[in-house]
Amino acid sequence: MVEVLFASTVTLTAPLLLAALGGLTSERSGVMNIGLEGKLLVAAWATGFVGAASQNPLLGLLAGICLAVAMSLLHLLLTQTFRIDHIVSGMGINALSIGGTSFASKGLGDRSQSVAGVFFPVWMYWILAAAAVLALALALDRTRGGLRLLAVGHDPDKSRQSGVDVGAVRLRALLATGLLCGLGGALIVTNATSFTDGMTGGRGYIALAALILGGWRPLPTLVACSVFGFVMALQLQLQGSELAGAAVPSQLWGALPYLVTLVALVGFLGKSQPPAGLGRP
Amino acid sequence: MRHTLLFVVVAVMAALVGCSPQAESGGGAAVNGSAKTQQQTQIGIVFDTGGLGDKSFNDSAWRGMQRAEQEFGFKVLKVESKAESDYPSNLSALADQGCKVVVAVGINMRPALQQVAPQYPDVKFVSIDGEPIEGSPNVRTIQFKEEEGSFLVGYLAGLVTKTGKIGFVGGQELPLIHKFQYGYMAGAKTANPAVTILPAKYTGSWDNQDTAKVAANVLFGEGADIVYHAAGRAGLGVIAAAKEKGLFAIGVDSDQDDIAPGHVLTSMIKRVDEGVYLTLKDFSENKWTPGAVIYDLKADGVGTTDFRNTKEKIGDENVAKLEQVKAKLESGEIKPPTTEKAYGEFLSGAQK
Repeated sequence: MVEVLFASTVTLTAPLLLAALGGLTSERSGVMNIGLEGKLLVAAWATGFVGAASQNPLLGLLAGICLAVAMSLLHLLLTQTFRIDHIVSGMGINALSIGGTSFASKGLGDRSQSVAGVFFPVWMYWILAAAAVLALALALDRTRGGLRLLAVGHDPDKSRQSGVDVGAVRLRALLATGLLCGLGGALIVTNATSFTDGMTGGRGYIALAALILGGWRPLPTLVACSVFGFVMALQLQLQGSELAGAAVPSQLWGALPYLVTLVALVGFLGKSQPPAGLGRP
Repeated sequence: MRHTLLFVVVAVMAALVGCSPQAESGGGAAVNGSAKTQQQTQIGIVFDTGGLGDKSFNDSAWRGMQRAEQEFGFKVLKVESKAESDYPSNLSALADQGCKVVVAVGINMRPALQQVAPQYPDVKFVSIDGEPIEGSPNVRTIQFKEEEGSFLVGYLAGLVTKTGKIGFVGGQELPLIHKFQYGYMAGAKTANPAVTILPAKYTGSWDNQDTAKVAANVLFGEGADIVYHAAGRAGLGVIAAAKEKGLFAIGVDSDQDDIAPGHVLTSMIKRVDEGVYLTLKDFSENKWTPGAVIYDLKADGVGTTDFRNTKEKIGDENVAKLEQVKAKLESGEIKPPTTEKAYGEFLSGAQK
């Protein structure tokens, strides 16, 4: 029972964590990113489709990452070059991804579904996710690149005046966002073994909530993602058991992870400080 | 301003990709035939949020449409729904485009149908699942006896289980899904009164495969060796879990036996395709009637697969037992429960 609970928690936490970290690099550079959901979805589709068509796990993963990076760069182009509102661009990317993957998964035949994809084992993604948390936690405060990222996100104008190439920093940050979301999407399709429409099921938004809850810092974000993953796993385990002699409706159990997230958000938001330059050109 | 415009164009395109009706070319001769003299009759289908490619409910309905398209030369329009709020506009969009029959897939489309159907008295609507809509002379409701098919697969699970424990994973907890759940439970208890049925798990959605997979793993972890799912597309996660663990899943709606050969014990087939096809056949022969049309085990509206991948594990003896129970269900000797209350009564009745 405990092993199952632990395994379930890791399974449900890992994709969330990868997406949240992707959001972290972007938002820490000052680029608001509500398009995590879309990036997860395109990566899941590309990994599933190419993984099945080529029967090569590496090609599948690379395709997923490339498409997520492309979406990330589209966001950069729209927000930095065309100065479109960050929220609007993020929404557009989500809409494009939902419609695009739905169309592509039918238009190109349901190859990603009828042929079983070949994927890397899930533990590889778990290790990568853990490594990404550590790397970000260390790099942000201790390396020149990390400090530049924080500076640009804090005050882009001052950074510019002190000679930092804001555009270049944000480009790198959004490449990292694409990479991390690409891994997250690939993990989602690997878990399920085949792509189905809208299979990310809103996880990009939960990841965003976890990022806010974690105060845009890697380790607290890890904690926030784990709490959500744990409560989700717990509710699936407890469903159907009685509480104080009365049957609890499954809908109530199902609401528990969101309830916990909501309470946590309300409770912590005051203390959670967004990057000061978030959304600024 | 220019950039805002650019964005609007992108967003509109994205939205269009998501929900524009895509005309399917008419079958065979109609496409090639240059002498296309008469106007084809247009029919339409609105999929629910599960959508095409669920290898389940929506795909099954689509097969029925395609068969009717080929046999009767209809022109078929299809629309997928991204959210439940799209149902009314999708239904009326098809009616506005001149469809003579509009098929609404799924029980959740019923409120939308109630709202839209009276506005188009000349269009015939077909609702799949759910109770008939009162006072709507242009709506036919196709109903299935899911509890009969579920009873059969439950009976099989009760015979085949080695650990003596079985489980069930549902999508959203609706009265419709209770028909699957309690039919299955009653079947298993009839086959083997000692069988333990673990508490049912509901994922709360039809599209989240991960959650369904975790739910199945919880059940397998508690000792179940067979898990039946009624979770639409999300249920593919249950099959994935069974494959990984080397245990059994039971598929639903469509024939899902080949998704993981040898790990899908059987599938509870709901012949949505047959229901849709026969309704369109009635329409083409001017025999269309409103109200409820029920497809049960006897009418092959529900049933099991032919166990082509799992015959050895099931054994001829068990297949023979299953045939006997099937006969009892068809004759009405066994009436499977559809609710928790009826299930309790069923069990206490069985003990007497």
